[in-house]
Amino acid sequence: MTEEIIIAGFGGQGVLSMGKILAYAGMMQNKEVSWMPSYGPEMRGGTANVTVILSDERISSPILNKFDTAIILNQQSLDKFESSVKKGGILIYDPSGITTHPTRTDINIYTVEAADEAAKQNFKKGFNMYILGAFLKLKPVIEPEFMRKGLEKSLPSRHHHLIPENEKAIERGKEILKAKYIIPTPLN
Amino acid sequence: MEEELTRESICQHENLVYSRTSLMTPKALSYCPGCGHGTAHRLIMEVIEEMNLQSQTIGVAPVGCSVLAYDFLDIDMQQAAHGRAPAVATGIKRLLPDKFVFTYQGDGDLAAIGTGETIHACNRGENICIFFVNNGIYGMTGGQMAPTTLPNMKTATSPYGRDVVTMGYPLKITEMVAMLPGTCFVTRQSVHTPANVRKTKKAIQKAVQCQLDKKGLSFVEIVSNCNSGWKMTPLESNKWMEENMFPVFPLGDIKVPKS
Amino acid sequence: MEDIKLMKGNEAIAEGVIRAGCDGYFGYPITPQSEVLEYLMMARTEERTGMVVLQAESEIASIHMVYGGAACGKRVMTSSSSPGISLMQEGISFMAGTELPCLLLNVVRGGPGLGTIQPSQSDYFQAVKGGGHGDYKLIVLAPASVQEMYDFAKLGFDLAFKYRIQVMVLSDGAIGQMMEKVVLDEQIPRQTNEEIIKNYPWVTSGKTPDRERNIITSLDLDPVKQEKINIHLQEKFKKITENEVRFETLMCDDAEYLFVAYGSSARVCQKAIQLGRDKGLKVGLLRPITLFPFPYDEVARLAKQVKGILCVEMSAGQMIEDVRLGVNGVVKVGHFGRLGGIIPAPDEVLNVMEEIFIRENNYGRRTN
Repeated sequence: MTEEIIIAGFGGQGVLSMGKILAYAGMMQNKEVSWMPSYGPEMRGGTANVTVILSDERISSPILNKFDTAIILNQQSLDKFESSVKKGGILIYDPSGITTHPTRTDINIYTVEAADEAAKQNFKKGFNMYILGAFLKLKPVIEPEFMRKGLEKSLPSRHHHLIPENEKAIERGKEILKAKYIIPTPLN
Repeated sequence: MEEELTRESICQHENLVYSRTSLMTPKALSYCPGCGHGTAHRLIMEVIEEMNLQSQTIGVAPVGCSVLAYDFLDIDMQQAAHGRAPAVATGIKRLLPDKFVFTYQGDGDLAAIGTGETIHACNRGENICIFFVNNGIYGMTGGQMAPTTLPNMKTATSPYGRDVVTMGYPLKITEMVAMLPGTCFVTRQSVHTPANVRKTKKAIQKAVQCQLDKKGLSFVEIVSNCNSGWKMTPLESNKWMEENMFPVFPLGDIKVPKS
Repeated sequence: MEDIKLMKGNEAIAEGVIRAGCDGYFGYPITPQSEVLEYLMMARTEERTGMVVLQAESEIASIHMVYGGAACGKRVMTSSSSPGISLMQEGISFMAGTELPCLLLNVVRGGPGLGTIQPSQSDYFQAVKGGGHGDYKLIVLAPASVQEMYDFAKLGFDLAFKYRIQVMVLSDGAIGQMMEKVVLDEQIPRQTNEEIIKNYPWVTSGKTPDRERNIITSLDLDPVKQEKINIHLQEKFKKITENEVRFETLMCDDAEYLFVAYGSSARVCQKAIQLGRDKGLKVGLLRPITLFPFPYDEVARLAKQVKGILCVEMSAGQMIEDVRLGVNGVVKVGHFGRLGGIIPAPDEVLNVMEEIFIRENNYGRRTN
């Protein structure tokens, strides 16, 4: 198994930390992992993205231009990365604030209304956890017990009391995932 | 008629008024006759010897006339790149805090290319001693203008005199470092008369003691002559120094250690 | 249980030097490697091992602090990124001249000038061919993973003291910033002052009556003596060339086309090999781990086996000069590089290999 993921959005949306939780959880589950962020001034308020790879084998390139899954959290990132999803791959995005929706017909497209849900649940900090839940529903690459360990490892201990709430958000994310476009017949 | 003086008759034990400090090597000094470097070397070595610090001492030699200071001083030494002696000494002292560490630098080394390293070592209060020999000129490279060259003073690179409008003013770096809280003892001395030699030795003793007491950085400037670079006889150069250097670089303690 | 952590490359080498018994770090912040100093400060090294960590006023001061500490026989290091490493060349040359061991880390960013903070490999010449003034070399280690960033801390110090040489870990912004799994070793205790004096009789530690004074200097005005010093240095570099070449080959046994790449570029080529093999192309990778000494012999051996070699670097073509020396005209050598902080994509790299060497009618194009 190798899962190559790009997560992209605004700085402050929890893009890098979502990737970190996935990488930590993967490591706890004894997978090979890599986490490669975009870095520099663009981190400060601009766009942020991170490539996360989870694999049962030694990871080759931590830097990729084609992904199994793209998790997209703003319009700029959607414009930039829609074309980077491998044929037959998955694109997950939060439709709030999106005006130009994805149009590809050779990938599976899902939405998760994470921002709305986070507001509704009054858990805005958990925004990225709803997204993460939606991803895990489609790609159950991490088992729940390792997800918890990943949270424990990547969150500072002063935030550990929030772990149950985060786990709840992950579960809720799985429920609010919606299919927007599914490829009619499997591609060769 | 008096008995004729011969070498043999003079070299008698009872006539001995001066002998080599044991921490000076037998190698003949390479400095020009009349230069203050030899006296400054000797004073530092006398103090290290009297305080029994040879096995504890690591010295740092600069680039300039005293680039080969380690040829004359019988102690462990490191030769630093031009201006970098305070950084080198920082590295030594941080890793061997119980050793006695000093730098020996000239004005071009300390106050031009090494200004940054000097200011910041002083500002961090590195527990080292800096011995700064200021003769207002680059001696080793053949008498070019130094940061401490006096206004209107002629050098190889200010052949019509230092024009302060285009070449800047003599840098009083000793006064500058005295302002920094990291320095503990800052003084300016000279070695051109026996009385001044004695005062300078006391200043060196005090600087060393400050380091042993872990009080911070001690900075001893020795205003000196460069009879070759100034194109004077040694005597003329000392007189010129008194008349011209001392008004700009007045002797005396600038900052004394708190007791 | 194994001590495994998820770490950034910059953090991994910082943890690596602590565990390798490093005595002192002197450095100045610069992107993309500031995490090294930040990590060391956060780690309370003074309490943990007694290691000194100091933020200097400049890269110039940093390297000369390293000089001072190294001359006392201490395991000392600095780290920086390209513009800062340029500033350090003075001190590195002085350390070459005085044969002082130290560890240097360059997390390379794109240049020239301020350039960019994005990853690059455009400092190869500077690292491998000397860097500062004078006839000298550094041992240059090129990590391609976060684990190697960690491992090369200890390896670097060991080589530095084995040969009394400066060892540079030539990384880049990608390896420095990315996180991977790292397996950590036990802490190696720092050497005591007594051990240092016993092991390295040349150090400045204060002259005692039982020995002559120790002087650390690169100055000898007598050209005859200076030539002898230089010959001694060259003999040392020769010995290193004979004994310390390190490289890795991947899928080379049956390879018809060979990538040669180091660091991040080698990781990209690894993926390109997967893509190529999926298409039935027999591609392999030679990854130099030591850039000095360079694996010329392995390049020569593979040159006889393959139909084409593509050198992939994030530069306009620097390592390719060493590859060509190894190939010695036996087979065509092409180059592909992205510049200014851009990392090439795996399919892009494979495509160039195909375009130059494999597709009909294009044979030999873009080679030089």
